[in-house]
Amino acid sequence: MSESEAAVHGHGDFLEESPYAIPSRKFTMWLFIISDAVTFGAFLMAYGYLRVGTPNWVRPFESNSVLNVIIMTVVLITSSLTMLGAVDAAKVGDKGKAMKFLFSTMALGAIFAALHLREWFELFGRGITIGSGLFGQTFFTITGLHLLHVISGVIALLVVAVKYSRGRLTPSHVETTGLYWHFVDLVWMFVVPLVYLTNIAH
Amino acid sequence: MSAASVSGNVIRKYLPVYFVLIGIFLVEVFLSFRIAATSTLVVVLLLLAICSAGLGLMYFMHLAQERRSLFLTLIPATIFVLLMMNMFWGDSVRLLHLRSMGQ
Repeated sequence: MSESEAAVHGHGDFLEESPYAIPSRKFTMWLFIISDAVTFGAFLMAYGYLRVGTPNWVRPFESNSVLNVIIMTVVLITSSLTMLGAVDAAKVGDKGKAMKFLFSTMALGAIFAALHLREWFELFGRGITIGSGLFGQTFFTITGLHLLHVISGVIALLVVAVKYSRGRLTPSHVETTGLYWHFVDLVWMFVVPLVYLTNIAH
Repeated sequence: MSAASVSGNVIRKYLPVYFVLIGIFLVEVFLSFRIAATSTLVVVLLLLAICSAGLGLMYFMHLAQERRSLFLTLIPATIFVLLMMNMFWGDSVRLLHLRSMGQ
């Protein structure tokens, strides 16, 4: 193809196939997820550093908190399952089912956030805040960052669902948002054991 | 096969992964009440969390179905960075000993 032909027909023939065989949108989301995973890794590592290096670490969680965390975790893992349903329904063109699954995922995300805030207010009631020592600082920073991701995810899902239902976004957008949602679930699998389960009052 | 029945199958397909993830989490909760030594508990919980994350990554995020080049681009570099952060652990133990010596 000559340069003049390329100017008319575009540069598609000159470009090599992507080595990953995925759309650039999805690859960008993967790169974001990796950078975010390292951010959470750094926060958890900082928490671990302080946890190991501090004698008489506060262990505030009792059985009611553990029950709350169990419910929160089940809710979040279930939301990943409904997200899988949404992505699959969008791929096969079943818009109605995709919307049902997307709104189920959003509802589960909202329930998770509400349970999270309930846990926080219970700790506030016992005098544990972000300014009450190393435990409060690390706990509220890590769980706050995760909660921010959940709330952002619910908002992103709402925007994608509305635009997808109007035909302005494609199933590929739903899939990319789904990747983010699964990542939020994946981070929680590290936050719970390290931040909650190692701080149960015995 | 209708679109609706196809989209119903994916839930059934990933239901075993879902129950394994819930199961691993419940084992973590059980062990957190059984193991008193914090260092042992952290190691065990981290190993279980890595198993859960691996399942989520491979099946929920479909990394197992993507090209190997994507996996090789993303995962080893991430693991390398996360492992490098572990250099701080030695210093945190030193901090604990310094504190106890100072008291």
